[in-house]
Amino acid sequence: MDYSPLLISLKVSITATFITFLIGIYVAYLVTKLNKFKGLIDGVLTLPLVLPPTVVGFFLLVSLGKNSIVGKYLALYDKSVVFSLTAAVVASTVVSLPLMYRTTRGAFEQLDRDIIHVAKTLGLSEHKIFLKIMLPNSFPSIMAGTVLAFARALGEFGATIMVAGNIPGKTQTMSVAVYTAVQAGNRHLAYKWVLVMAVISFVAMIIMNRFDKNQFAKVRKAVS
Amino acid sequence: MKFKRVSIILLVTILSVTILFGCKTKDSDAPGDDAVVDTQPKEKVELLVSAAASLTDVMGELKEEYKAVGPETDLNFTFGSSGSLQAQIEEGAPVDIFMSAAQKQMTALKEGSLMLDDTIKTLLVNKVVLIIPKDSDLKISSFEDLGDKDIKKVAIGDPGNVPVGQYSEEIFAHLDLKDKIKSKLVLGNDVRSVLTWVENGEVDCGIVYATDAFTTDKVTIVTEAPDGSHKEVTYPVGVVKDSKHPDESKAFLDFLSTEKAASIFKKYGFSMK
Repeated sequence: MDYSPLLISLKVSITATFITFLIGIYVAYLVTKLNKFKGLIDGVLTLPLVLPPTVVGFFLLVSLGKNSIVGKYLALYDKSVVFSLTAAVVASTVVSLPLMYRTTRGAFEQLDRDIIHVAKTLGLSEHKIFLKIMLPNSFPSIMAGTVLAFARALGEFGATIMVAGNIPGKTQTMSVAVYTAVQAGNRHLAYKWVLVMAVISFVAMIIMNRFDKNQFAKVRKAVS
Repeated sequence: MKFKRVSIILLVTILSVTILFGCKTKDSDAPGDDAVVDTQPKEKVELLVSAAASLTDVMGELKEEYKAVGPETDLNFTFGSSGSLQAQIEEGAPVDIFMSAAQKQMTALKEGSLMLDDTIKTLLVNKVVLIIPKDSDLKISSFEDLGDKDIKKVAIGDPGNVPVGQYSEEIFAHLDLKDKIKSKLVLGNDVRSVLTWVENGEVDCGIVYATDAFTTDKVTIVTEAPDGSHKEVTYPVGVVKDSKHPDESKAFLDFLSTEKAASIFKKYGFSMK
């Protein structure tokens, strides 16, 4: 059995999760601060979650293809994003970002305003409030969001096959390998990849539940 | 705090795994867009072939075979539905060769002058066949027998959205079977589900492509659809205009028409045009 889809999947989803983690938290922070256009920006950021992945993929294909601004710029250096590992990372990042952003924003908004106000009166800068108060207090939710984003990035299929293609050994992730195996009538191979994916996703869920439990434990401790 | 320690360990593991994988790819398979050429005596040419998903298995074998014929050419494949492959080529995916499962997509690309016109040819034909479960004891030898009352369930692809279902209907219309067979039809939402039903004996017989029937040993092919009873299922191939290696691409297409390649295509149920 060729293990390249497993490696590619892990590589793509870990990189995508890392990017999503940074952007997701930052964007969530910005949106909580926003007064105007909150609904609009929130809608745009959540769109990849509600749109069918193939639609997202087609949109990415068009906006990264050779007729796009990005594509034309890269063409100057004789490069192209379409059908590369980068494209797979972009696809996974875009579809997993809403999960990270939503979970983190929820946590930020549920923070006790009083703590932040106290910090302000004590002269802490915005920057420090974010790092020392908002982040640590939302930590369990952020981790849960990260795990969700990772699981989503790992399972990404529709957008990936559109922009990154299905090149065995290069851009063929596990989900795409399952599709190819089924198309080729290779049931056994499909079963194997399904099993591998199920195990990884299951482990991710267990990790997420752990964070949830810790969160409740903390709350209970604080109350009692 | 135990919780903090766990998360730190997790983070470190994830990061080190990333680094590990990161290093591994760089020595083994440099992605095409990095354009790092290994210091090999002969410069290798990399071709990317966009092929219809139904060609997955056969292209794997042909790739191995081509290593002996064109050792300087490295073949890479991307498989998908012909429609999305078309969209990808239109958006400038770095594809050299396009192998479509229908004329429609090839024609569209040709009209958009995205193909090298003189390289386009129809390479393969996929026959539409009638199949029964291997252990079936029904007496059936032709499409006309489908009208018999012994046959209770006939699986075909949904004519609304599955091409092979449309061909099945054309065959029924051609043989004037439509009324007799109407109540027996079981519609599958793709050709693979039709195949699975026949494999498991859930229906008496089914209509699929020859290439599907060849993927399993649990079904028997009764007969091919009579000539002219339906639109021919053909696979056109051609070199993409933006290909950086048109000569190597043409050489590969030429190889696909040789006796050697034809025998491999036949093994997977394709017929040559």
